[in-house]
Order: sequence, then C-alpha cells, then structure tokens
Amino acid sequence: MKKIPLLFLALLLLGSVFMFFPKQTFAAPVTINVYNWGQYISDGTDGYIDVIAEFEKAYPDIRVNYMVYDSNETMYTKLQSGGNAFDVIVPSDYMIDKLIAEDALEPLDFSNIPNYRYLDDAYKNLAYDPENKYSVPYTWGYVGIIYNTKYVNEDDVGSWDLLWNRNYAGKILMFDNPRDSFAIAELLLGYSLNTDDPEELTAAAEKLKEQKNLVQSYVMDQIFDKLEREEAWIGAYYSGDYPLMLEENENLAFNVPEEGFNLFVDALCIPKGCQHKKEAELFINFLCEPEICAENLEYLDYATPFSAAKEFTDPEMLEDEILYPPAEVLAKGEAFHALSTEGTQLMNTLWLSVKTQENVLGKYLILTGCALVVCIGLYLFFHIRKKRLRRKRGTYYPS
Amino acid sequence: MKRRWLTAPYIIWMLLFTIVPLCIVIYFAFTDSVTGAFTFANIVSILDYASIFLRSIWLSVAATLLCLIIGYPVAYTIAQCKPRTQRILQMLIMLPMCLSFLLRTLAWVALLEDTGILNSLITSIGLKPLPLIRNSGAVILGMVYNYLPYMILPLYSSISKINPKLVEAAEDLGCSRRQSFTKVILPLSTPGIASGITMVFVPAVSTFYISQKLGSPGTIMVGDVIESQFKGAYNPNLGAAMSLILLILIFICIGLSNRVTKQHGSEEVTPL
Amino acid sequence: MRKASKVITVLVFIFLYFPIIILAVASFSSGTDIAVFKEFTFSRYAELFKDAALLRLVRNSAIIAIVSTIVATGLGTAAAVGIHRMGKKMRGLVMGMTNIPITNPDIVTGVSLALMFAFVGTILRSNAILGFWTLLIAHVTFNLPYVILNVMPRIAQMDPNLTDAAMDLGCTPAKAFFKVTLHEIMPGVIAGALMSFTMSLDDFVISYFVTGFEFVTLPVEIYNYTKKPIHPKVYALFTLLFLVILILMIVMNILQSRSESRREKMHIRAKAAGGEV
Repeated sequence: MKKIPLLFLALLLLGSVFMFFPKQTFAAPVTINVYNWGQYISDGTDGYIDVIAEFEKAYPDIRVNYMVYDSNETMYTKLQSGGNAFDVIVPSDYMIDKLIAEDALEPLDFSNIPNYRYLDDAYKNLAYDPENKYSVPYTWGYVGIIYNTKYVNEDDVGSWDLLWNRNYAGKILMFDNPRDSFAIAELLLGYSLNTDDPEELTAAAEKLKEQKNLVQSYVMDQIFDKLEREEAWIGAYYSGDYPLMLEENENLAFNVPEEGFNLFVDALCIPKGCQHKKEAELFINFLCEPEICAENLEYLDYATPFSAAKEFTDPEMLEDEILYPPAEVLAKGEAFHALSTEGTQLMNTLWLSVKTQENVLGKYLILTGCALVVCIGLYLFFHIRKKRLRRKRGTYYPS
Repeated sequence: MKRRWLTAPYIIWMLLFTIVPLCIVIYFAFTDSVTGAFTFANIVSILDYASIFLRSIWLSVAATLLCLIIGYPVAYTIAQCKPRTQRILQMLIMLPMCLSFLLRTLAWVALLEDTGILNSLITSIGLKPLPLIRNSGAVILGMVYNYLPYMILPLYSSISKINPKLVEAAEDLGCSRRQSFTKVILPLSTPGIASGITMVFVPAVSTFYISQKLGSPGTIMVGDVIESQFKGAYNPNLGAAMSLILLILIFICIGLSNRVTKQHGSEEVTPL
Repeated sequence: MRKASKVITVLVFIFLYFPIIILAVASFSSGTDIAVFKEFTFSRYAELFKDAALLRLVRNSAIIAIVSTIVATGLGTAAAVGIHRMGKKMRGLVMGMTNIPITNPDIVTGVSLALMFAFVGTILRSNAILGFWTLLIAHVTFNLPYVILNVMPRIAQMDPNLTDAAMDLGCTPAKAFFKVTLHEIMPGVIAGALMSFTMSLDDFVISYFVTGFEFVTLPVEIYNYTKKPIHPKVYALFTLLFLVILILMIVMNILQSRSESRREKMHIRAKAAGGEV
C-alpha cells in the first residue's frame, strides 16, 4: 500500500517532464546572448515583425537568447557581478562612455557590419565614442512628461514642476534609476546634467527628497501599466514609449518641458568576454538592415539614426513631432556623459538616501521603546502573580 | 554497522554551500567596495538605515501577531473536525503555498489599487475611492496572506497531537471551557506557536516583493535595500553588511521566541 | 467561542482563495486588465500552448525541481541514516548546520550563494558561471534540510533490530538497507521529496539571485514580467497549475483514506476472528 504514493510521485515527475517538453528544438551550434531594454525590440505582437525570429531564419546556425533589463544601471550591475557572458548589449550614451573608460567593450569589426554605411553622419563621432570603434547607434530619443488629460489641468503642464505639484500627490511616477531622476532635479535647479559638483548633486538630492512624499512609486517599465490603467496620472519617461501607451489609453498626452531635457542615443555594443563575437556582429548588422530597422521601429516608435530606413517607414511616423521633434525643440536637449567615478558613487549614495532616508526614526524608536516597556511590564506582572500564587498555594498545601 | 560515512557527502555539501557562502558574506561586509581593504564603514553606515530596519521589524511583528491571532482559531477548528475533514482542510491550507506567490500578490494589487476591483465597486455605488494600497496596512495584509499557512500548519500539528483525554480530565476536575483552553491546550501548543512565529517572521522581515508591490516609497523594507544593492546600484559590500545585520537580528528574535516558549517546559523548537 | 472560531475559519478560507479565484477568472477574460472582465474566452489557453518561450520556462522549472528533488532526497536520506548513528555531540552539530538554511531568510541565502558563485567565477576566470548548475546547487541546498527533517523522525521510530534481523537472515548490509530500512522510512522520504519538489517549483527569491542567462525558471521570469504589463496567458498557466495540484491532492487524499479504511477493516476483521494485529 505504501508503494502507491511512491508510484504516484514517480508518475507525477515523469508526467511533468513530458507534458512540458515543447517540440524538440535541435540545439543550434551557436547561441548568442542579447541583453536589451524591456519593450525594445519588435517581438511579433499585433502583427508587427518578429525581429529575432527573422534573424534566426536568415541565419539558421545562430540562436538568440534574449533577455531584458530596465535601466543602464541594472545592465551594468549584471555585467559587473559576473556570472553571465553577454554578446550584445544596448547601453545608452553615458554608459557606453563609462564602459569604454573601464575597458569593458570590444572594438567592433566593421567588416562584419557592412550596414554601418547607412548610418547618418550626425550619429558618427559622438562624444561617447569619438572614434566610432565600439558602438552602432540603435535608436535615439529624449525624456519628457506623459500625463493624463482627464485628470491633469493643462495650466499646470509645461515645466518639470508638474512632477512636484502637490495637487497630484500620490499620482506621480518617477524614474527608478539615479541618472534620469537626478537629471530632472538638475534641470529644475538650472544645473548641467553632467555636473560632478558634490554641492550641486546634494542640492539635487534634496530636491528629490522634497518630491518623495508625492511620488506613487519609483518605476521603470511598470509605468506602461500604471499610466494606461490610470492608476497614476503623471510620469516622466522616454519619448518613444509614449506612442505605445497612447495606443492603450487615448487620454495620455506628452509634454516637452521648457527647462530642457535629456537627449539620448542607445547603441549596440559588444562587451568584453563575449564568446561569439562574429555572430554578435552579424546580429548587429541585421538590426541595421534598413528594412528590418524600419519595421522594428514601427513597433518601437523610437527615432532612427538610419535615414536609409526612413524610406521603408510609414510617412505619418516621420511627420510625428514627438518622434522627430523640430530642430528648435531638439536644441534644448542635453546629452549625458559619464560622470567621474566619485561623481557616480556620490550619486548612487545620494539616490539610495533619497529612496530610503526619512525622518521617522524618532517615531519608530519611541514605538519600539513603548513596546519594550509593555513587554517587560507584562512579563513582570505575570512573573509576580505566579510567584504570589505559588506562595498562596504554599500556605494552603505545605509540602 | 557504521554508517556514519553516509553523512559525509551531506556535511561537505553543507559546508561548501551554506557555511562558506556565509563566510563570504562576512568577508564582503567588512571590506571596502573599491579597495578591498578591511573596514567597518559598511557596518557603521547601516545606522543610516536604522529606521528601515525598525520598520521591517515592526511590520513583520504586526503581521506575525495577526497570523497568530487569526491562525490559532483556524488550527483549533481544524483539529476538532473528523479525521477525514481534517485531512481535506489541511490540504486546502497547503494548496495556496504551492502556487506562485508572485502572482497571488499581484492579484491583491489588482484588488486594492485605486482603479482596482474593490475601489471600482466602491465608486460604482457613489462613494469616494479608499486608499487601500501603498501603505503599511497593505504590506501587512500581503504578509499575512502569504505566510498565514506557515502559521496554521505547525499550530494545527501541535494542537492535533494534544491528547483529548487531557482536556476531558481538566474539565472533569472542574475547569471551565476557558480554563481548560488556557491551562491545557494553549501551553501544550507552545511548540507550534514558536515554530509558527519563526516561519512567519523570518520570511516577512526579509521580504522585498510584497513591499515593492503593495507598499509605497515610504514603506521600503530591508529586503528592498539589499535587493537594490545587488541588482541595481552595485554595492555588494553594503548589501552583505545589511544581510549580516539582518541575520543577527533574526537569530536574536528566534532566540527570544524560543526562550519564551521554553519557559513552559516544552521541547526544543524546530521550525517544522 | 467555538462558533466564533468556526466563522473565522470560513473567513480565512475565503481570504486565502479569493485572489486565486480572481486570477482564475481573469484567465477567461479577453482584456489584459485583471480588474476589468471583458468577454469570456478560452483563447488565453490556446495562446499559452503556442508560446514556446513560456513552455520552455515551465519545462526549466520542472527540470530543476525534479533533479534537485532527486539529488536532495538521495543525499538527505543517506545523511539522515548516518546522523542517526552519530554521537550526541556530533549530531547536535550537524543538526545545527541543517537548521541554518531553514532559519536563514531566503534573501540572505540567495545573496550569499550569488557572492560565492561570483567569487568562484573570478577564480576560474569564467564569466558564465551562473546557469543550470548554480541553480541546481542552490535548490539542492535549500531542499536538503526539509528531506532530513522529514526522514529523521521515521528513523527514530524504526525498530533497530529489524536490520539486524535481516542481516541474520543472510542480507548484506546494503541489501538490508534497501530492503528493510528504506522500506520502513519510505513515508518520510516521500514527504520530504514532495516538500522539496513544491519548494523548488515555487522558489523565487533564491533563484532570482543565482539564476543565469541561459536557464531561467518560471517564477524568476514572472518577476521580470511584472515590471511590464503581465500577459493574461500567465493567468491561464496559473489556473492550469492550480487545477493540476488540486487534482493531485484530491487523488492523494482518496488513496490515503482508502488505504486507511482498508487497514481499519482488516483490524476489525482480525478482531472478529479473535486474533491480534
């Protein structure tokens, strides 16, 4: 009888193996690990192109293992903490700068990336990679405020101040990474986005602490869900993600604040320690193929640095002022550069203190003290009562 | 008949994969993140996070007590049922533990959000939406929901082991129902209480998912900070120092709860 | 008092199952929002079985749970038998070590293992150490204590003369172990294995810290999902798993109670026959 549960267990184990084995995929000779931002490649939803499937079709010997991160810092941490070999990553400008300085990127072999010739000259020799040795730009965009017109008064819109507006307390979303959040505070305070000055960084942190009570959560890609479902009304995010949200909720609007904004380029790179460099370069090349690039960006809604791809793009998209803002708007943008090591460290520490420090220690100490007093009181009370009871009993029943 | 060597692989495994990692945590906690030199700076800087430690402890103590108060009657009721019903009820308590706690917590988010199920019910009858989510209450609720089975099961197993004749005897000797409960059942179930407290408190105090989903920026917990040190801003040294302090705090708390329950002369408490 | 606790019990069951029901209902809705039920549809289930990536995650989870259960059960059972024969001092020491992974919060276990793997990785000059094997090691490590704690009481209950008797009757020690000892402690072994299996199937926190790029389990990916809008087919998967576990538990329950009632019947019959059991 005891064998029945055992048999059952064995069946369960076997069953679960066979049940969940999808059609046997024959191991391809080479697997490349692509590490990209979330929602940053067309994956075949809603009839858009499935870029990775197309690539695997074009290069049957290469399989793509695709994983996502939600901020440059997360990606950097994954690289730093070791344990994973990546073949393609998509850092932003300042992060590329930093990675090059730390000698963490492989120089690219452009003979494997012939499509590089399609790249616009405006995106060559940029400050983060002056010799064009390490990176191939993927998209560009900028940061703005997305808000819900149903709840937000138009008169309040126009400045980054909107994120500090008390009327919308609890309905505001903020970036969950130090660089983007500090940038907004720095813009409001009139500092450069690339300041290393400890005093300015501290002032920016103070500004962010002021805002903390109004913030619903610090988020990255969760912002999609929160804004679409109107759980939050205002959030700062990347321009190219706005059209995706607009598709789900038509009340959302985009604002380019008057103080200026961060203009960014995300580029494809190969980190040191990559195990299949050639295949990774083929993948990068594939993404730069004008037709693929155009179809990919149709889903992404980010702007492309490849003018050749614009031929294949829906002209309506090209006229979209949010995607391709006019030159006078773009002039207000400022790009990030890598901060000094001390600057980065200070920013990280300050960011942690923004997120964690609050003036409630006193409250908690008092509460804890009271609880301890009550506990000790109760303990003494019962202890004395017990003793007394024992003594009383002792008088009745002398032993 | 010497079978002691059978333990050898196990001991080697545990040394390699629990003792050595803990030593590495200690090593990281006392070294500088850049130079690798010995330092107390990480441990000292934890003082800045004292309020977070206190909050984590407060929230999880509240959740543990709630679990105990809610869980005890349930365990007691189950133990009073017929054996067959007992088995079914025990199974029903265990079932949610086998399902993804991430998704179940997410269901609570959907229930409690400002635009969630409960609030849309409330607004549909013309009332103002309630602030159900992103406060300490919601975090405690999430903890109670996730860890209640871990309280009920040990309570149930220790209550069901109590010989019913003892209760009968107490009542025969003139105890009222209440007295027989406080004088017989309660003291005899202390091992269950102690292991239930441990099994709820330890995961609750170190959680990061629940506070991320149900809490606000103002209810951040130790687990969140540790997680962010390893997954966001990379500072494993500070993260290791915090883990170490957390570990020490937990050992102190477990030690205290074992001590309190041991006073009743019951057996050594194991968390199962 | 009893009535009150009955009411509480009912309320607690509602409390425990309410969110599960919400998810199950959401799996039949055509919308993406859990909070709004649009139209009734089965299409989520169809999508689920077409999604090779999601099925691969389920397969990964199942593989890691099965392999770690087998390893942990083997190691743990052997260890439990050995511990039983140990002196008191040594036993206390080993049991103390066994308790460490249980009393450690998951996050500390995860973090400490992650740090150690990274450390070993730098020694080996490998930057791809995180993967199937690290995940397996982590899972076996947190499963082992549960196996031991389930098996130990069974060994303590066993009559030590049984193995001696078996060997007197011509068994080799190994044969005696497999034929007698193992047979006697089987319920404990099975309980431990089942516990390990469910623990590692649902483990998120520890896996989250030691998981690599190539081998991701379902809970870890669900955590990544929740940073972006979660796809309803995951609810469908949840509902299916719920049903599978429910059915498994019911079947186990029936089997158990049947074997019990049979034993009872035999008992009665034996008594009626005047014999002793």
